[in-house]
Amino acid sequence: MTAMPSTEQVISLRGVHKRYPGGVHALRGVDLDVNAGEMLAIVGPSGSGKSTMLHIVGTLDLPTEGSVHLAGHDISHLNDRELSGLRARTIGFVFQQFFLLSGTSALDNVATGAVYTGLPPRERRARAAAALDRVGLGHRVDHHPNELSGGERQRVAVARALINDPQLILADEPTGNLDSKTEAQIIDLLQHLHDEGTGVLVITHSHEIAATMPRQVSLHDGRIVADTAGRHVGAPA
Amino acid sequence: MSATTPSTPLPTSVFRPGDIARAASGGLAANRLRAILSALGIAIGIASMVAVLGIASSSRAELLATLDRLGTNLLAVTSGTSFVGDDVELPEMSTAMVERIGPVEATASTTAVDAAVFRNELMPSGRTGGLAVHAADADLLHVLNGTLASGRFLDTAPPGLPVTVLGATAAERLGGIRPGMQVVIDDERFGVIGVLEPLELVPALDSAAIVPRGVAETLFGTSTAPSTLYVRTTPAQIDAVSGVLAATANPENPEAVEVSRPSDALAARDATESTFTTLLLGLGAVALVVGGLGIANVMVIAVLERRSEIGLRRALGATRRFISRQFFGEAVLLSGIGGLGGGLLGVGVVAVYATSRALPVAIDPGVPFAGVGAAVLIGAVAGVYPAVRAARMSPTEALNH
Repeated sequence: MTAMPSTEQVISLRGVHKRYPGGVHALRGVDLDVNAGEMLAIVGPSGSGKSTMLHIVGTLDLPTEGSVHLAGHDISHLNDRELSGLRARTIGFVFQQFFLLSGTSALDNVATGAVYTGLPPRERRARAAAALDRVGLGHRVDHHPNELSGGERQRVAVARALINDPQLILADEPTGNLDSKTEAQIIDLLQHLHDEGTGVLVITHSHEIAATMPRQVSLHDGRIVADTAGRHVGAPA
Repeated sequence: MSATTPSTPLPTSVFRPGDIARAASGGLAANRLRAILSALGIAIGIASMVAVLGIASSSRAELLATLDRLGTNLLAVTSGTSFVGDDVELPEMSTAMVERIGPVEATASTTAVDAAVFRNELMPSGRTGGLAVHAADADLLHVLNGTLASGRFLDTAPPGLPVTVLGATAAERLGGIRPGMQVVIDDERFGVIGVLEPLELVPALDSAAIVPRGVAETLFGTSTAPSTLYVRTTPAQIDAVSGVLAATANPENPEAVEVSRPSDALAARDATESTFTTLLLGLGAVALVVGGLGIANVMVIAVLERRSEIGLRRALGATRRFISRQFFGEAVLLSGIGGLGGGLLGVGVVAVYATSRALPVAIDPGVPFAGVGAAVLIGAVAGVYPAVRAARMSPTEALNH
């Protein structure tokens, strides 16, 4: 999927602090490098700063201190338009709550993922159909979210994240709203996408899920307390 | 696809106009009932303004057509009162004298008859029903440009016969009198030979029974002097004629003569109506402002309700500006739909109203279009605040709620 060499860093966090108005110090000096094509889990209990990590890694929020590089660009030097464009092409988001547009078919939901790339609608729909095929929902293109099971909805959301061929899928508790059987299917799907070359970063509170990933980063009280990167660094099998 | 060096210009996000429209209409489609209800506010405002303007222009068109048909070159000379307050009759010779004025084309006169008209002898004599009896010249109908609903006018009757032509109201009040029937005027039976259509220029004659001068003179001793003298002039000379009429009709007491132009009464009706039109337009404008507030309100709620969509779109690459464009577009679309519906509704109301009153449907095609334009403008104003608010929402806040 990505033409990037495996040593290319998609995300690089250096000395990242995040303080919220009101005094909450959510991240306290985080360093994190995520290579292209890598699969990892950021795991931690609630209150550990996971959500803040999602927002900082996803460039939806800026750190109070420290630097964030996305695909080699220091995001503090980018304007809203540039950063939005870079975000759209580099990161595909998957959320716990799916965030599908109701009253819109699976195909159009997925196509929404490419709205801001400037592709013509016909091309977007063609890519959306291909992305739905990739997640095994080629037969559900015309179904609306309310006609789909929870697992199927999350697959649609994964397809939407895939439509721009991102270097990294950023999944926030992707199985948080699913039963354990469906959870396994979604993790399998992410594993499969990783095998095809897409980077996957899963943020979760579940050590069980994290254990299925080649690399685990443990977050506690806004600090990284463990990172198995030393043992697993490099291209996946 | 990936920019590897920071110096390469980055591919920026774009939001095509077609996609803005799709996103805006999609937002509305997701909550149809609310969209329809809030668009209805604008629609009612626009519809009322379009309808008011359309009805006003239709009745004006009708009035102009009426004036055109009846002519505005008719003058009425009426006997009035002298300085000391005595009633002063017009001299018998006044008709002949007025006819000598150059631009006068035709004259006809009526004289009030001191008598009452009844359906038959059994009616108590006090109940005149507000109906009057007038003696008139045979060419009165021609001078007034009146038309007969049925029967004939006095000019076709042999002189000396007790016949009468009834005004439209008189025929109705006497109980649906038709030509060929008889009525009683002061104990004398009169054959009804015709019934008039309403006389728009001289409504007073609608509630009168008109009898030949000679008959009135013989039976009731009516004076041959006219009480009202109707004068048709060449249209260009009407002011000049009007100026000399009083002195010509009654050289001894010109101040006791009243000269009026019956078509002025119709024109005055138009002036009254345009005052009402202005008032109603003001009310329509108030409805429109209220509709605009409704749209602003609905959009503010939509922004709050759709925080997760805003967060998602930011995650998908939308800039703050794209978010504001989407919600702004939604407000404009909402009010535009309301304006379009209101414009159509307004034209429909005008068509139904005009048809039901047999008026011409005269509506300036610019009016409904201006209505849609005004609606869009209101939507734009109403959409600014919600759009700015949506754009300011931080994506993390939007995703967390």
